Amino acid sequence: MTRHLISSADLSRVEVEDILETAASMHDLQRREVKKVPTLRGRTIINFFFEDSTRTRSSFEIAGKWMSADTINLSAKGSSTSKGESLRDTAMTVDAMAVDALVIRHNASGACHQVAQWVRCSVINAGDGTHEHPTQALLDAYTLRTRLGDLDGKHVVIVGDLTHSRVFRSNVITLKTLGARVTVVAPPTLMPSGIAAWSAADGFATSWHLDPVLDGDGEHGPVDAVMMLRVQRERMSGGYFPTAREYTVGYGLTRDRLDRLVARNDDVLVLHPGPMNRGLEIAPEAADAPQSVVLDQVSAGVAVRMAVLYHLLAGDDTPAPPLAAATTDGAAR
Amino acid sequence: MSEGDISRALRRIGHEILERNKGSDGLVLLGIPSRGVPLARRLAACIEDVEGTQIPVGELDITLHRDDLRRHPVRTAHRSRIPAAGIDDQVVVLVDDVLYSGRTIRAALDALSELGRPRAVRLAVLVDRGHRELPIRADHVGKNLPTSRDERVHVRVAELDGIDVVRISGGEGR
Amino acid sequence: MSRLLIRGARLFGAQAADLLVEDGIIREVGSVRATGDVEVLDADGLVALPGLVDLHVHLREPGREDAETIATGSAAAAAGGYTAVFAMANTSPVTDTAEAAERVLDLGRACGLTQVVPVGAVTKGLAGAELAELGLMARSRAAVRVFSDDGHCVHDARVMRRALEYVKPFGGVISQHAQDPRLAGPDACCHEGEVSGRLGLPGWPGIAEESIVARDVMLARHTGSRVHVAHVSTAGTVEVIRWAKAQGIDVTAEVTPHHLALTTDLLVGYDPVYKVNPPLRPTEDVEALRAALVDGTIDAVATDHAPHARHDKEHAFADAAFGMLGLETALSVVSEVLVRPGLLDWAGVARVMSTSPARIGGLAAQGRSLSEGEPAHITLVDPDREVTVDATTSRSRSRNNPWHGRTFRGAVEATVYAGRITHERWTTSRTHRPLTTATPGADL
Repeated sequence: MTRHLISSADLSRVEVEDILETAASMHDLQRREVKKVPTLRGRTIINFFFEDSTRTRSSFEIAGKWMSADTINLSAKGSSTSKGESLRDTAMTVDAMAVDALVIRHNASGACHQVAQWVRCSVINAGDGTHEHPTQALLDAYTLRTRLGDLDGKHVVIVGDLTHSRVFRSNVITLKTLGARVTVVAPPTLMPSGIAAWSAADGFATSWHLDPVLDGDGEHGPVDAVMMLRVQRERMSGGYFPTAREYTVGYGLTRDRLDRLVARNDDVLVLHPGPMNRGLEIAPEAADAPQSVVLDQVSAGVAVRMAVLYHLLAGDDTPAPPLAAATTDGAAR
Repeated sequence: MSEGDISRALRRIGHEILERNKGSDGLVLLGIPSRGVPLARRLAACIEDVEGTQIPVGELDITLHRDDLRRHPVRTAHRSRIPAAGIDDQVVVLVDDVLYSGRTIRAALDALSELGRPRAVRLAVLVDRGHRELPIRADHVGKNLPTSRDERVHVRVAELDGIDVVRISGGEGR
Repeated sequence: MSRLLIRGARLFGAQAADLLVEDGIIREVGSVRATGDVEVLDADGLVALPGLVDLHVHLREPGREDAETIATGSAAAAAGGYTAVFAMANTSPVTDTAEAAERVLDLGRACGLTQVVPVGAVTKGLAGAELAELGLMARSRAAVRVFSDDGHCVHDARVMRRALEYVKPFGGVISQHAQDPRLAGPDACCHEGEVSGRLGLPGWPGIAEESIVARDVMLARHTGSRVHVAHVSTAGTVEVIRWAKAQGIDVTAEVTPHHLALTTDLLVGYDPVYKVNPPLRPTEDVEALRAALVDGTIDAVATDHAPHARHDKEHAFADAAFGMLGLETALSVVSEVLVRPGLLDWAGVARVMSTSPARIGGLAAQGRSLSEGEPAHITLVDPDREVTVDATTSRSRSRNNPWHGRTFRGAVEATVYAGRITHERWTTSRTHRPLTTATPGADL
């Protein structure tokens, strides 16, 4: 049975921790002169990007190459208006070339899940529509753990356009898997539908008000890390919020908010999956502050993706046996 | 091997390493996880006792260079810890508990080659049980234990297992 | 002159009787003695219903004959027990002229397996802006009475008002695909709720349907017109219709088999076979729809049979075409989810799948009682036969069947259209023997 990484929920706590452990050893490679290990030599990995993304694609490309795999980049149009080859035909054509893994980014939610039904190779989700981005959540967790240690009980706040964010969906799962406490903040128009039942079922908090959450008031408690999500200006034309400045006043990590955060806890971390809209969801001062780990996230990206490729492709095809220690993760396979 | 046997063997190996190297200059001990690591530290301690100098000790994770990855469920890779001075032009002594097919050491040599260019690489093992599948030999051996393939050699070290002992199980029994 | 004797069926699920059919008319009902040249169909244990009428199918011809043709669609209809189907206008070219409507009519007649009734577009090219030639379509040989832009909503209130008024002289009815495009745009594909939130699929909120239906029933009241609501999918819409009927507003409504049985949870696997417009809804809505069909708030079952070529479905969910097959499985689904639990009896099935749709669609000769002198459009149902749906054996050209692998109790056994058997499914226990008086050795 091939292993896929389509949703963050595919990984148990043990698996997440193993991947992050491996990522640490991969991270060391970046400081070496010979940035390569032979482990995936002879494997073929196709980066199939239906949606443009220079940073994620180059991250996966470097990751594959540093593992000594043959990595090939393919672009394809994913729009619903293109009446060309069906997604199934496209996927099966590539699969017929006996590749070992498909790293797929697509603008439609669920595309990776569907492709995985049709192909024999491993499928790795590099971002599907507004659904998930599991490797992003892993590199965010890696970055957090490097600075904060074990994430059990740590409070992470995610702010921004949750409705359209796959980073949010994957991060909520991975952070909860690692035992962290999560609060998400957005205006009502940017909260996903069904969020009340969803947050109750999955055990995270929601709020329309950023300041009480960042101040650690009342039930919220102190904040260990803030993750700012990118807000697209195009959302204004969809009527989600009236103007950029109103969004920033209500939900941006302004210099003032950063100062208040740091005053309470100068070890607080500021994360952003990038690319950043400086001045909109994050003030330049916050992006460049000592608390910002944005560049660490990017550097972690390659290491984490190497670890993901390794964990999916290096072993035999059976799932790893559970460790003797009982795990209490609720994340389903 | 009993606890006493093990500590005597390690002391002897320490002396041998120094003898071969004509002193402690340029020596770096790298233990191969898991049990090679505490053994390497003990060797370094022995050497320090004798020479009075501290020699660098580290860990060399060989997971990514194994040749049998596809035969087992995936193993987590761990970080190697290479001492700050590195391995270029140093004499690296790899330390492991058991030498068997030699494949682990082959992987270790590959891993090392990506980290630098040592002046020399030597191998110290607590137990050599024979049945080499590659042309690899140990420079320093705690004990030669000829075994049959259906026997298993169990090495336990206090730092990880709470006890120091080497046992053989299976086969005809001893 | 062909004669057919259907022996021992329970008419409307009640008393068993024989039906003698000749020249397309039911000649005799009761205890009939077969004499002379007559085909005998042993219907012992079967239920006889008036031929089923489907107010809402997509036959794809002209334009997408790769997905379905009027011929293959008619075959699927006959297999599903249908003796009349209303073919929606969103073909290519659109059925927005008398000529286009007559073409569909003629193709249906040439095939002859079911009555194909063309539906006319409400607006030219389905663009929602200018009325199509509704009057000419009504006067044509196709005698169009049902008009719909289905696939699209007539969302401009003024255009809808004009349409409702304009069809009054010829007894036409507008069948509205209720979807406010500002609340549920072309990307909307999953009921807006927890499932769409988690899955990251664009939401299709129930309010986008309910707000249009609310507006349309008020417009119908204001203009003194009749309005029909296509594929009702939410409990909220049911409430609006119930209120409107209580006010005496002339509104009718239909529901699809899939909205009576399937829920939005099925979308969790992103399988495009479950992608349909309006989308599958949560259990609460399914239950409200069933209750509404039983109490008459919803008048009819209509399949919205929507065949799609494989390459139009095998895309990412958001990119895949909307629609499911429905003709061949409709009766079985209704039997399983409503008759089997005792919510509806077979007389009720006849009402919602034959009589009411025939009346709404203005088909005087369909959906009638099974009595002497009536046209012989008859559907024979085995109420106890269990069928497991096999998508690969469909008579439709397409395979986008959401029921594959499911088992239902109750299935169409044979269909008689204008006195001819257009579909029959034989088991060894059932015989179909032509009996002749003067042919020696004619044993079977």
